[in-house]
Amino acid sequence: MNKQRKAVALISGGLDSMLAARTIQEQGIHVEGINFFTGFCVEGHTHAIREKDKAKPKRNNSLWVAEQLGIKLHIVDVIEEYKNVLLNPKHGYGQHMNPCLDCKIFMVNKAKQWIAENDFDFIITGEVMGQRPMSQRKATMPIVAKESGADDLLLRPLCAKNLPATLPEREGWVDREKLHSITGRSRKPQITMAKEFGIDEYSQPAGGCCFLTDKYYSAKLVDLWKARDSREYELDDVMLLKVGRHIRPQAHYKMIIAREEGEGRFLHGYKKDYVSMTCVSHQGPLVLIDGTIAAEDLYLAASITARYGQGRDAEQVEVNIVYQDGAERTLHVKPMLEQDMPKAWFI
Amino acid sequence: MTREILNARRLLCPLPVIRTQDKVKQMQTGDQLEVICTDPGVMQDIPTWCRINGHTVLELLSGDHEYTVILEVGGA
Ligand code: SF4
Repeated sequence: MNKQRKAVALISGGLDSMLAARTIQEQGIHVEGINFFTGFCVEGHTHAIREKDKAKPKRNNSLWVAEQLGIKLHIVDVIEEYKNVLLNPKHGYGQHMNPCLDCKIFMVNKAKQWIAENDFDFIITGEVMGQRPMSQRKATMPIVAKESGADDLLLRPLCAKNLPATLPEREGWVDREKLHSITGRSRKPQITMAKEFGIDEYSQPAGGCCFLTDKYYSAKLVDLWKARDSREYELDDVMLLKVGRHIRPQAHYKMIIAREEGEGRFLHGYKKDYVSMTCVSHQGPLVLIDGTIAAEDLYLAASITARYGQGRDAEQVEVNIVYQDGAERTLHVKPMLEQDMPKAWFI
Repeated sequence: MTREILNARRLLCPLPVIRTQDKVKQMQTGDQLEVICTDPGVMQDIPTWCRINGHTVLELLSGDHEYTVILEVGGA
């Protein structure tokens, strides 16, 4: 009897990886999904934090896709290992701080390790030639296969016919004729294929699968590195960049200002790790101070804090400052006027 | 049958799911796990994860910004 062949599919939560997995399932291959959590993934997070997003609960698209396909999904925490990918990308960055090509190589390499440990036969991805300017070009396809070490164990069902036959095709585990030859940025072939498979609901992330493709997020990340004079980061840093308004009035500290209740509650969880400020005479947001704030800077920071509360038009408000050790101090300040806040302060 | 508690407070999805997944790997069929979280997303994500991986959700509790999922580990 022929051995039941098994493939692991990189599942991002988008349509392409869903179609790739489905194409291979149709050929009688046992497919399971794998999803890597780098810390920068768009899934979940900000939706979970912001109050206004709670009315429409956000599902995790990778889990949802796996359920639609009827496959298991393994979510792997790669936060630590991913640091090296982000900090030292051999192939450089995309439009913002997204090291897409190195990221793909890294993920396929992790999948290769996973198939070896779990006795699977090959890897599939939803890559489409010419789809993304950096990581999904004709020239990059062999680079991902080679540098990840996956070589011909890496099958891209959506564009396989445009590429040399891989081991699963040569061995007859999958029928190459039933694979596809999609190229370019048009989504039409995928939408048609989805219809054929009876898939009528899917997510189509516009930019990419992570925050690193976001201009504003990338700017905040670069600002953090510059201010600390170091590119080290922890998961908490990555999370905090997704929350609140970020203002840097002076080089040595930054203020993170909650924009609504959900963010306030989230930032509250970090109060023990940062100096924090809140207006006590009027309603106002919780503000965390990242960096080292000197005594002489407190007045400026407190007046900015006051600007974002209900007392912004008052002559004077009371701002409470709490230090990491619990010590407190209260300042009376005049809220800063909008026109006195230079644009350059806003990150 | 053993029952264990996993503290996933302050973690945002998918981390509570990842921690649940890693914990369940070390448990036996029929064991129960109580996952305590602060991200409301777990009320959707952990049950989905359980369904696709063959585990059973016994109870979902929410109150005062905490969300608890109690699950029973299924067979491999
Ligand atoms: S968008 Fe982000 S997760 Fe996706 S390939 Fe690029 S760097 Fe990696």
